[in-house]
Amino acid sequence: MLKQVEGSVAVAEAVAYCRPEVICAYPISPQTHIVEGLSKIVKKGELANCEFVNVESEFAAMSVAIGASATGARTYTATASQGLLYMVEAVYNASGLGLPIVMTVANRAIGGPINIWNDHSDSMSQRDSGWIQIYAETNQEATDLHVQAFRIAEELSLPVMVCMDGFILTHASERVDIPEQSDVDKYLPPYVPRQVLNPADPVSIGAMVGPEAFMEVRYMVHAKTLRALEVIPKAAAEFQAIFNRDSGGLIRPYFSEDAETVIIALGSVLGTIKDVVDEQRAQGVSIGVLGIITFRPFPFEAVRAALKNAKQVVIIEKAFQVGIGGIVTENISSSIAGLDIKSNTVIAGLGGRPITKTSLHTLFNNATAGILAPLTFLDLDQGLVDREILREGAAL
Amino acid sequence: MTTTPVKFYQVGSFAVGNRLLPQDQRSVQSDMERTNALTSGHRACQGCGEALGARYALDAAMRAADGQVIAVNATGCLEVFSTPYPESSWRIAWLHSLFGNAPAVATGVAAALKAKGHTEVRVIGQGGDGATVDIGFGALSGMFERNDDVLYICYDNEAYMNTGVQRSGATPPAARTATTQAVGPQPGNVFGQGKNLPRIAMAHEIPYVATATVADLRDLEAKVTRAMEFRGARYLHVLVPCPLGWGSASCDTVKIARLATQSGLFPVFEAEHGEVVASTPIRHRVPVEEYLKLQARYSHLFSPKRRDDVIDKLQAAADRNIKRYALLDEVRRYEAFEDEGAL
Repeated sequence: MLKQVEGSVAVAEAVAYCRPEVICAYPISPQTHIVEGLSKIVKKGELANCEFVNVESEFAAMSVAIGASATGARTYTATASQGLLYMVEAVYNASGLGLPIVMTVANRAIGGPINIWNDHSDSMSQRDSGWIQIYAETNQEATDLHVQAFRIAEELSLPVMVCMDGFILTHASERVDIPEQSDVDKYLPPYVPRQVLNPADPVSIGAMVGPEAFMEVRYMVHAKTLRALEVIPKAAAEFQAIFNRDSGGLIRPYFSEDAETVIIALGSVLGTIKDVVDEQRAQGVSIGVLGIITFRPFPFEAVRAALKNAKQVVIIEKAFQVGIGGIVTENISSSIAGLDIKSNTVIAGLGGRPITKTSLHTLFNNATAGILAPLTFLDLDQGLVDREILREGAAL
Repeated sequence: MTTTPVKFYQVGSFAVGNRLLPQDQRSVQSDMERTNALTSGHRACQGCGEALGARYALDAAMRAADGQVIAVNATGCLEVFSTPYPESSWRIAWLHSLFGNAPAVATGVAAALKAKGHTEVRVIGQGGDGATVDIGFGALSGMFERNDDVLYICYDNEAYMNTGVQRSGATPPAARTATTQAVGPQPGNVFGQGKNLPRIAMAHEIPYVATATVADLRDLEAKVTRAMEFRGARYLHVLVPCPLGWGSASCDTVKIARLATQSGLFPVFEAEHGEVVASTPIRHRVPVEEYLKLQARYSHLFSPKRRDDVIDKLQAAADRNIKRYALLDEVRRYEAFEDEGAL
């Protein structure tokens, strides 16, 4: 049903239609509206056979999710930023135990300094946690990805993180076609756990694994995670067959087929980028876009195939490795190894700094003119930081 | 206390002759059909109090719940010695996640069971004192506050034994651990404020809180059985001596646990909805010294120089417990005497 609705509300409704049995959450901006919405749905009795647990920390949120999922319940939680970091030990445990928990990360910066606004530092810090990570471009896609996430998670018996930009998506009201319950039921079969805590058929879950078997166990997780590269496109295709919408998948090319310059990004900034690219293409610039939807596991082959005709890529990242540079860049570099493609990294939008069309136009003009530095911090007040660096140097 | 109807004690011990009792009054462990929830072959040390306590507790819970139990275990000795992959000593549904999250994981199990309508299945959370008093404390308090339908059992051996006997928030004053060495002017652990988790649990006014030791296993079974009669959050704190960490003889585990209660250092009691409803009277009071002397972790109190100042402070703590829980109350002693008939 089409609704003019806040992104968080749309996600909450979509999650409810997935019939979760246990939802647990600890509040943190900008995730709050999602769990508020779900708590209301559960409290009103609109979601049968569902327990909503208000926990005392994010560490408990993920731990409750682990217990619930291991008992065979479809389980959902949501977090952001510091909250995600606070639950990290349990985040790794959930994937290690192969529990198909679905979690929304309402992307937000990590402190210090404390900052509540959007960037990708939080979820990017969990790129090696063993969770599948998918990034939403729009509120429609965020809504749809949650429905797909349960399907992907349960098919692989692996947890899935649905990343949506905090505030930019979570708090934005726009038109969203919210899936119908009957369609979701058609798409998402009831959860059948691989292993479950059952007194009638008792198993020990979470044994201590020593050096003689740990490598094998971890390799199995690796092999299972790679299967996501087949499962995710299949889940998107079947979603399209029922809901008649192209949502999800591994990557989303946009006029990138024969473009000389391809802009690469994740999440909501793709919308602004596409607007700028439209304007530049209208002027005859050979430029396109490649959106990365699935970041973990990384779709190396799909990205390589999509970039085979490119001369240069500009990777716009909302997080970075301090002292090193881009995070997405490293994965792109691996994808295009051996191809003659120039790579530029742009760190942009940290801590909610707006990424404007004006700045992107300048950036893309510099790229097509061949004068873009390999590593750029978009709209950085260079004069200010130069003075500060000088002052700190003098103090030493 | 207590709820157990059995008062047939052999002279000088609490051992109960099951043979002489009617079938329905015999201990869970005497039952050939018991679960053996924690079965033989695990890798606990000789004389491990935790292994003993966990077996009795879980088997009692299994009997009380008619075999419908899921256990959640914190990281620690109990987890490590029971499940070295690909082996497991657990004959019940069992989940280990992390060190600090067992209460929250147990909440998740209970929530899932409720959502699925399987409320006949009961949930046990369990861990050592480190997992309970320190790293899992927040999760435990949250579980209490929400009154989640979980019985949480702490097997308290008063330090981080699994990592090599480091101090925990449950380590008693003056005790030597690897991080509170018996050196300097104040050897052993500091005299802090302590962290009395049974009392903290009571402050949450949860339906049931009890303490027990492996010296009175029948009492432990009875407390677990009683705990299983309640719904909501319940807490059982079991003192389990650790020969390795306490520097005691493997054959003295039960004896030391008994001296802990008979000195007053470890009060055995029950509380319901925040109020103490029963305590187990001391039968043969002993000075704390008798308890301390059997343990190398307190040897610095006796040699090279006897530290009466420290021993007196420990005795004062025991005396305070005796008063607070009426462990030597004259009227109570008389009733206990009457009950014990055989004497």
